[in-house]
Amino acid sequence: MSDGHYYQSLRRSMVAWVVTVSLAPLLVCAAVLGHQFHTAYRAKVVAHLQELVLKHKQNVDAFLHESSAEMRVLTELAPFSDFTDERRLSALLGTMQKEHGGMFVDLALVGPEGGLLSYAGPFRLGRADYADSSWFKDAKTRDVTISDVFLGLRGLPHFVVTVKCPHDGRDYLVRSTIDFAVFNRLVENIAQGATGQAFIVNAKGELQTTPKKGVQVDVAFLRNKIWNGPGSAAELATDAVAVFNHEDPATGREAVYVVTPLKDGQWALVYQQDVADAFPSLYRARLLALAIVAVGGCGILAAAILLARRMVGRIASADEERDLLNDQVIEAGKLASVGELAAGIAHEINNPVAIMMEEAGWITDILADADFSSAENMTEMHRALDQIRQQGTRCKEITHKLLSFARKTDSRLKELDLNALAAEMAELSDKRARYVNVRIKTNLAPNLPHVAGSPSELQQLLLNLINNAMDAMERNGGDLTIATRLVGDKVELAVSDTGHGIPKAVIGRIFEPFFTTKAVGKGTGLGLSICYGIVKKIGGEITVESAPEQGATFRISLPVAACPEPAADAAATASPS
Amino acid sequence: MNQSPLRLLLVDDEAGFTEVLGKRLRRRGITVQVAQSGANALRILRENDFDAAVLDLKMVDMDGIEVLKIFKKMVPGLPVIMLTGHGSEEAARDGLNAGAADYLLKPCDIDELLGKITAAVAAARS
Repeated sequence: MSDGHYYQSLRRSMVAWVVTVSLAPLLVCAAVLGHQFHTAYRAKVVAHLQELVLKHKQNVDAFLHESSAEMRVLTELAPFSDFTDERRLSALLGTMQKEHGGMFVDLALVGPEGGLLSYAGPFRLGRADYADSSWFKDAKTRDVTISDVFLGLRGLPHFVVTVKCPHDGRDYLVRSTIDFAVFNRLVENIAQGATGQAFIVNAKGELQTTPKKGVQVDVAFLRNKIWNGPGSAAELATDAVAVFNHEDPATGREAVYVVTPLKDGQWALVYQQDVADAFPSLYRARLLALAIVAVGGCGILAAAILLARRMVGRIASADEERDLLNDQVIEAGKLASVGELAAGIAHEINNPVAIMMEEAGWITDILADADFSSAENMTEMHRALDQIRQQGTRCKEITHKLLSFARKTDSRLKELDLNALAAEMAELSDKRARYVNVRIKTNLAPNLPHVAGSPSELQQLLLNLINNAMDAMERNGGDLTIATRLVGDKVELAVSDTGHGIPKAVIGRIFEPFFTTKAVGKGTGLGLSICYGIVKKIGGEITVESAPEQGATFRISLPVAACPEPAADAAATASPS
Repeated sequence: MNQSPLRLLLVDDEAGFTEVLGKRLRRRGITVQVAQSGANALRILRENDFDAAVLDLKMVDMDGIEVLKIFKKMVPGLPVIMLTGHGSEEAARDGLNAGAADYLLKPCDIDELLGKITAAVAAARS
């Protein structure tokens, strides 16, 4: 449970680290480069727009200047009578129109009180009175006046150029209407992209030209920003250009504005374009960058999760292996220390046993000489001595077995054919097997590589396992199978029986010295310990699988000998001496 | 075959063992002198002649192999039978390498020991 939690938090912190470490530079990079690009690109585009606006401002100014200059020249050169006579006025208009195309629509003389005195042009204005018109009031104060656009009597947007024409001490006004379409075209042509459009506003914020269809103009904002705010067009020098951004609350679209004053600061030429339209590459690049960051981020996240999962999996399995190995090391260490202890005990017991046996031998020697009257006692004494000798021999066997289990030095290793050895041992055990009603089967893999080991020890190993298996089946008989096979680079020997199996409670202890489930006197508890020692000594592994009443299988895995040799010699060495 | 009895030096620090083994060997016509330690054995060997020696590999005061090496220096032709409780072929092999005639594992059968002694003496005399 806690392990699962540990691996989960490990995985999480790995993902967090990988994502942070790889995403942070990506984001910083994108932000810095994006900002640099944004600044540079914006500056370039704005410069271009400023240039465009300035150029057209010059055009518009030139147009206005030209029209007023023409009017001034006309009033100075033409005799006053030309203006009062409508026929001659028409002739003058004709000349002006010939020179300047359709720029001048009409020509009129307005009296000092605002009454229309004479008129040449397409409209029938009759005796119009302009005394209350704003343009008239303006015109009275200046020599040359260009009016704002207004609808006037004719009901069409137009503006007029007025020049003072003093006569008989009174200020008459010569007035000409400028063709609004021609003027409008001057500004209308300043267009870029889908939303870029120029227009002219007067000081009241009224549009002096008609913007293209679909272009929304935030008039209130323009009035405040251009004419009243700080840095407004009114404060700008004649050739200066102001640039600012504004989001139209009505449409929610942000636009860039380029503003320059016209007509000595009375009008302003405004160029407006949606930001998205004005800086298309910038927006495309931003979109691309966002997409790259998004896709990259997803990729990094996926890779981090995958990587973390895989690495944590590895760590988990390594931990598991290490735990297993630890268990094995502890087990092996336990067995080794038990083995040393056993060897010490065996050695200590050996001497007293030797003395006991010699003493028994000495009594036998004496009995051979002495004359004991009772033959019955004599027989009894001999029986007792035999028993001492017999049990002494048993002690000796036990101590020797113990010592051989604990022995650290190697017997000389030879290459042997495990198959030949297994067949031999099976044959050797056949007699006892038949006696206890056990069938011995062999299942030997052909062409098995040789293993390196001591022949006598491997014989002992096999005999111990076979004897144990037969002991397990002593009551009811059964099948004993000896199998060999190649598993990877190891040779596996398996000895299986169909006996009563090994109880779960003791299966972990069966390789310990003196551990036995057999009846007292029947087993020393050393057989499997010796097997364990033999297998470990030649670098092998011994494991056991068993379930109660389903038999047991001992598997021994041995390393293949370094250089395999022909089997003939090995088979010979495997035969019992 | 032999008229004069075999003279044997028995070296082992187990008094109980040397006493009874000595008695059994004497009973079989061998003159046995017992040494209870390595140092004692060397002194006895310096003062007496022996046909053979039986030497325990593990003693309290000296290592049996050391004693054996000194024996072979003092009396190069003396056949020595090593007795070992180790059950270890390696210790015995060391003994053989150091010049022992043969070895036996404790506890040993008296007849086997006797056989090895007479064989070693015969080999040494020939």
